[in-house]
Amino acid sequence: MTDLPQGPAARRVDRAGVVIALALAALAVVLVWDSRQLPATTMYGMGPEVMPVVIAIGLGLLAIGNLIDALRGNLPERESADPTAVLLILGGLALLIAIIGLGGGFILATSALFVTTSAAFGRRAIFADSAIAIVMTTLIYLAFDRLLTLSLPTGPLERLL
Amino acid sequence: METFAALAHGMAVAVQPMNLLYALIGVFLGTAVGVLPGIGPALTVALLLPVTYKLDPGGSLIMFAGIYYGGMYGGSTTAILINTPGESASMATALEGNKMAKAGRGGPALATAAIGSFVAGTIATIGLAFLAPWLVDFAVRFGPEDYFALMCVAFITVSATFGDSPIRGLTSLFIGLTLGLIGIDKLTGQARLAFGIPELLDGVEVTTLAVGLFALGEALYVASRRHHAEEKIEPVRGSLWMTKLDWKRSWKPWLRGTMFGFPIGALPAGGAEIPTFLSYSTEKRLTKHPEEFGKGAIEGVAGPEAANNASAAGTLVPLLTLGLPTSATAAMMLAGFQQYGLNPGPLLFAERPDLVWGLIASLFIANVMLLVLNLPLVGLWVKLLAIPQPWLYAGILVFATMGTIAAKPSVVELSMLAGFGVLGFLMRRFDFPIAPVVVGLILGPIAESQLRRALAISLGDPMVLLQSPMSATLLGIALIALLAPFVLKGMNRFKASED
Repeated sequence: MTDLPQGPAARRVDRAGVVIALALAALAVVLVWDSRQLPATTMYGMGPEVMPVVIAIGLGLLAIGNLIDALRGNLPERESADPTAVLLILGGLALLIAIIGLGGGFILATSALFVTTSAAFGRRAIFADSAIAIVMTTLIYLAFDRLLTLSLPTGPLERLL
Repeated sequence: METFAALAHGMAVAVQPMNLLYALIGVFLGTAVGVLPGIGPALTVALLLPVTYKLDPGGSLIMFAGIYYGGMYGGSTTAILINTPGESASMATALEGNKMAKAGRGGPALATAAIGSFVAGTIATIGLAFLAPWLVDFAVRFGPEDYFALMCVAFITVSATFGDSPIRGLTSLFIGLTLGLIGIDKLTGQARLAFGIPELLDGVEVTTLAVGLFALGEALYVASRRHHAEEKIEPVRGSLWMTKLDWKRSWKPWLRGTMFGFPIGALPAGGAEIPTFLSYSTEKRLTKHPEEFGKGAIEGVAGPEAANNASAAGTLVPLLTLGLPTSATAAMMLAGFQQYGLNPGPLLFAERPDLVWGLIASLFIANVMLLVLNLPLVGLWVKLLAIPQPWLYAGILVFATMGTIAAKPSVVELSMLAGFGVLGFLMRRFDFPIAPVVVGLILGPIAESQLRRALAISLGDPMVLLQSPMSATLLGIALIALLAPFVLKGMNRFKASED
């Protein structure tokens, strides 16, 4: 536990922790705002607008708790993170969503994700990985679409099969 | 006697050739996915849910039983051979098992884990079969207020009581509860937190949340700190078989581990972590070879593995009899039931005994299959471990997104999946537990509807929660469970004493 004082470093305000507390508070506000849109019902017991407020109160209290932890610097230590790897995978997910949204089909979409993820884990062989990805996702497509009759989105590549 | 008749009936269902095949496929897929580093049993079940979409409920639940136990077995193999426990319940196994593998005793470590899991799984499943009808008789008398109180206990124990930080655990729970609010309110038809987006009216899919948090979150997290640690696979050298001495040192820890695992798993007390560590510290105290602990003592693998498996069977007790998931894996099992519109609980025992008892009987069969499959196939599992990390995680993400693409190929649903991935990454980075989010999402709406039913029956009088002795007792337990970690703060915590 980090409850014990561990020198000046452990007592510094954790800025990320403050952001988390603010995000929780904002979420609580959204819940209350949304529940105000619901018409109050006259039936016995509680209507749909009560539970969001209860949860919002809980979130508000937890925001305070998280804020106290952050101000005291009580959060567990974090190791440094590599932002490029995270951004590469998120880019791959964005590509996947865009390709599916534009009708590019399953094979192209998941291949894009495969190549970017592989790159995020340190591979620098985009062409080889693309070939592997297309073969693998084509096989998955055939297995699930033909054998298990699961409908996966079709695009130009799927129509060739 | 009633149990024997029901169990015999279940066996008759489970040994039908198609059902045996489903169990075999489940066991095989479960082990294959569970063995991949960083994939715990909950994610194994979540990833394999789409495979069961097209099956009938009976066959699919039987496959599930196999996936569940297979995922547990696979996890212990990973823990022993590369020291990356996919979940905290395998941490104790990794502690001694990896040391054994390093010392060239990987074979006996895998064997004692597999046989211990078999022994524990079998005893615990017998416990489940006998405890379930008794609990069902008890649970049919529960009113909605009692159910609500019971869920409050589960909420608190899963999130606050046993974690590192009650504040962070409760934060996770409330994020899950918030996600559970999204969509059309079932009692009044009002849309909550949908913001006019039609896809949100159906609510958040449990599989989307679980795959996002577990698979995407884990991949992002591992990628972000790839530069910190290099994983190393220990080759399995020497004999796979346990010597006479190994057997002699293993059988008591197996039984003791089972005794820790099953009751703690069956209580709504959150996960297999506690019984595995209790078992580890007990074996460390009782062993005749204390000098080996920390260097690869077989008791330290046998006990915790048995505890882990027994507790997995234990969590099925509240899941099947009360519809109460107390771990992320159990929450995924509940999602598996719900995809067929089935709600586990006393009613399911009355209405679909073939389904419930077929599932329980399949657990026995899955256990036997795993024992037969796992040791001879260990070479194959080791090869799976050797897949280079970039391709491994790229493949995992392809499979993870495929489930959502097959179920709901919309931009909104896929964006939610990606969003949950980011949430899972941030929660791992800032050390928030993941399981309470999943439990909150799946249990929150049920708890709310039980509370509203109770209040509707009592004409809006909230005192109904305290007038039922059962509900009042349970709410008292929930309150104690909530306050205990704050009271005990500063005292020597359970986990701290392990290191």
